[in-house]
Amino acid sequence: MSIEGVQEEIVGEFEILGDDRESTIFYIMELGGNLEEFPESERKDENIIKGCQSKVWLTAEENDGKIHYLADSNTDITKGLISLLIRVLNHRKPEEIIHAELNFIDRIGMGNIIGSQRSNGLASMIKQMKLYAIAFQTKLNA
Amino acid sequence: MKLTIDQIRGLFPVLHQEVHGKPLVYFDNAATTQKPKAVLDKLRSYYEMDNSNIHRGAHTLADRATREYELVRETVREFIGARESAEVIFTKGTTEGINLVAQTFGRKFIGKGDEIIISTLEHHSNIVPWQMLCEEKGAVLKIIPITESGEIIFEEFEQLLSSKTKLVSIIHASNALGTINPVKKIIDAAHAFGAKVLLDGAQSTSHLDIDVLDLDCDFMAFSAHKLYGPTGLGILYGKREILEEMPPFLGGGEMIKEVSFEKTTYNDIPFKFEAGTPNIADVIAFKPALDFITDLGKPSIKAHEDELLSYANELLLPIKGFEPIGTAKEKVSVLSFNITGMHPFDVGQMLDARGIAVRTGHHCTQPLMKRFGIEGTVRASFSVYNSKSEIENLAEGVARIAKIKNK
Repeated sequence: MSIEGVQEEIVGEFEILGDDRESTIFYIMELGGNLEEFPESERKDENIIKGCQSKVWLTAEENDGKIHYLADSNTDITKGLISLLIRVLNHRKPEEIIHAELNFIDRIGMGNIIGSQRSNGLASMIKQMKLYAIAFQTKLNA
Repeated sequence: MKLTIDQIRGLFPVLHQEVHGKPLVYFDNAATTQKPKAVLDKLRSYYEMDNSNIHRGAHTLADRATREYELVRETVREFIGARESAEVIFTKGTTEGINLVAQTFGRKFIGKGDEIIISTLEHHSNIVPWQMLCEEKGAVLKIIPITESGEIIFEEFEQLLSSKTKLVSIIHASNALGTINPVKKIIDAAHAFGAKVLLDGAQSTSHLDIDVLDLDCDFMAFSAHKLYGPTGLGILYGKREILEEMPPFLGGGEMIKEVSFEKTTYNDIPFKFEAGTPNIADVIAFKPALDFITDLGKPSIKAHEDELLSYANELLLPIKGFEPIGTAKEKVSVLSFNITGMHPFDVGQMLDARGIAVRTGHHCTQPLMKRFGIEGTVRASFSVYNSKSEIENLAEGVARIAKIKNK
């Protein structure tokens, strides 16, 4: 599915939840359960994303020209948020990731749901994912 | 004056709103309390009618503002039982009060090898100023340990005291756990060694009757905004004989007697410590806040808050996964807790979704959190305008959240 398609899907899921903020947050936390197991050995300082209030670890690998992200966090809501990003961006070409417009965040009204501190953290996660994509793109083009 | 909870709530405009479609439940009172309408009215009427600079103006407005400003100093004196209003210094807040003592008393009277005692319960604002001073002077900072319930171990404190102890600076009631320290005993023991005592009263002054003469503390610092008053205003109480010996804090207008390029002589206390134009409007608007507390009476405020705390314990303790942090026998109305398997930040955000405002994190007490081996807690702190039904709402929320990881 295209990046656009996955975003449409996510927006649809959040629409079903409606305005009930408690259920929305519960849902986001549940999504964190979809994250792949994060290897203990990667839970090190150099993989921590700077700018997040909660701890977020992120790694990325390139396979057949596509990027595979792994991430984890010490808080469940953050885990849920990063699982959404991974769902949209995982197993794609660096170029797609670099140019991806992640409009689902605004369309869901995520800023209002998670508050300003976590929104800043979310922006840092996206930035780090794109930085990985730029690095792999450079490597692939070399 | 006896008021019903609805009457009290009626005095606080901010409480009557919805957050995320749910009625606001404000349980972040240890961070700051809400302001009664009388405080807001006073701020407005001051700016509308009396605004002018105090102490020096030769006109009617300046005279009115000066009288009101100094009247508040007298009201504070009465509120804490000080001997004279000159012992009441207006500051920006508790933090500034503690820093003032560190930078004036500390720099003059504490030297190499001298010791300062604080406790594990301290807020960063009662740790860092002393670390800075110790670093500058080569003095030593000693820490009173605490028990698992969050109470200082008095015998250990006695062991730390010696002729080297120059100052004991201690939190009266813990912001993170609510523990009320046995300050009278601490002060007496410290004085026996000739040490001075500073009380951090940020969390105690809104709940407990304060009598600085009876306590015999040498300094007490607290903040107006935790006493239903405006932000950006604090009080430093100090005994006259000590304040007079202390050098000034900031240099500038107001704090001088006479200035020449050769030599400046300093004003008398309290003005020696109030350089520059003070926070006139907030000082003046602090009076209705103090009147509100005095009219209700601290004992009845404390009784109401104690009832809320024990009701909260009754409802929350049986919840599977609920872990209280800080279970001292004597507490102000602070309930700090964690939920097994969950991060406090997540719990706070989920409670916010129900309209419940709590604090999450380390509460500016990282060494205390380290003592308990935790990153932080969720802190619900109750005030005079909170109700039992709000506690029930909190308990429902916590039970629902706890169930996610504690089936």
